Amino acid sequence: MIVLGEKASYVKCRWKCEAGLSANRCWYYRQHLKEVSEEELFTSGHRGCAGCGNVITVRLVLKASGKNVVVVSPTGCTEVISTPYPETSWEVPWIHANFENAGAVASGISDAVKVLLRKGKIKSKPKVIAIAGDGGTVDIGFQSLSGAMERGHDMLYICVDNEAYMNTGVQRSGATPYGAYTTTSPLGQDTPKKDMPAIMAAHRIPYVATATISLPLDFIEKVKKAISIEGASYIHVLAPCPTGWGFPGEKTIELGRLAVDAGMWTLYEILNGEFRVTYKPTAKVPVKEYLKAQKRFAHLSEETIKKIQEDIDKRWAEAFR
Amino acid sequence: MKIVLEPGTSLKNKTGGWRNFKPVIEMKKCIDCGNCWIFCPESCIRKIGNKYEIDLDYCKGCGICANECPTKAIETVLEEK
Repeated sequence: MIVLGEKASYVKCRWKCEAGLSANRCWYYRQHLKEVSEEELFTSGHRGCAGCGNVITVRLVLKASGKNVVVVSPTGCTEVISTPYPETSWEVPWIHANFENAGAVASGISDAVKVLLRKGKIKSKPKVIAIAGDGGTVDIGFQSLSGAMERGHDMLYICVDNEAYMNTGVQRSGATPYGAYTTTSPLGQDTPKKDMPAIMAAHRIPYVATATISLPLDFIEKVKKAISIEGASYIHVLAPCPTGWGFPGEKTIELGRLAVDAGMWTLYEILNGEFRVTYKPTAKVPVKEYLKAQKRFAHLSEETIKKIQEDIDKRWAEAFR
Repeated sequence: MKIVLEPGTSLKNKTGGWRNFKPVIEMKKCIDCGNCWIFCPESCIRKIGNKYEIDLDYCKGCGICANECPTKAIETVLEEK
């Protein structure tokens, strides 16, 4: 008989049964994982850190989308690790945009595709996907993204959120959570995290979702849904970063799960204005467990942790009413 | 400056040299759940039928596969060179 570790209880199927069945008991989890494409469109040999959450995100996106895509990446970890000249890790068409204009470049390509289709120069319509970091989405690329979403181009924008500018050496961004240490917030961030998915939902686009790499089936399903929808869609993915957050590389997936179970990150989707929570944690984990697993929160006092917990309790009650 | 025309050329950069610990799979304990394969950031775990194989040319030894294995079939051992 196989003895399960404690961690196994985390591996759950969110598709049909929704019961807390572990991987070796749940037939559906394994079955659905087998349906995921085996094709690797993001090859080995990239320069990501050991245990990089960003690369897992890109892999899962490409597994969901398949080959018929054009990918746009602004400056950031994704660009730096995947394309050191003259090499590339991408097996799909990829273009590098400036830090501030991933939205604009993607909307331009999406319109160009429309014209080429009309003139009959291409047969099938590729989906335009922008994969940007949180700096290129929440801070620097915000205006061009907002414009692209408001104009409603047929594109999917994915924000890979590692909660700071990791590529340049951990500087604070608008997505850095309250209390987190970065090199430019040495005493801990004193402002709350910007709620980017809510801002995108306010643009009244057809599809907005949040996801994490720790629940791959949920994430892949959301990407597939977003691709099938005509019009602008936005997915915000939490991707833990071992280097910037300060935890050993093997804990990347565990940290993503802890964030969801502790209520630091809620998984939901808004399809045509209809809000739906896609995953409700079976047991609530105290936020202290999540914070203490990372070096960037190591300096927090008990009072601050209590404050964060109270804030989460409030949001938890709102989300899982 | 020329454009890079060939896809996936980073394959020539063998990142296996970054590794301190290497993962070893014990096939007897494997239940074919696919967790190690879906979570590997280096895409270096290959599915062959219901067996899994690690490409040590590219494995950076992060240990995600060992940590995520529900049956502890993957172990990380110190790499000896």
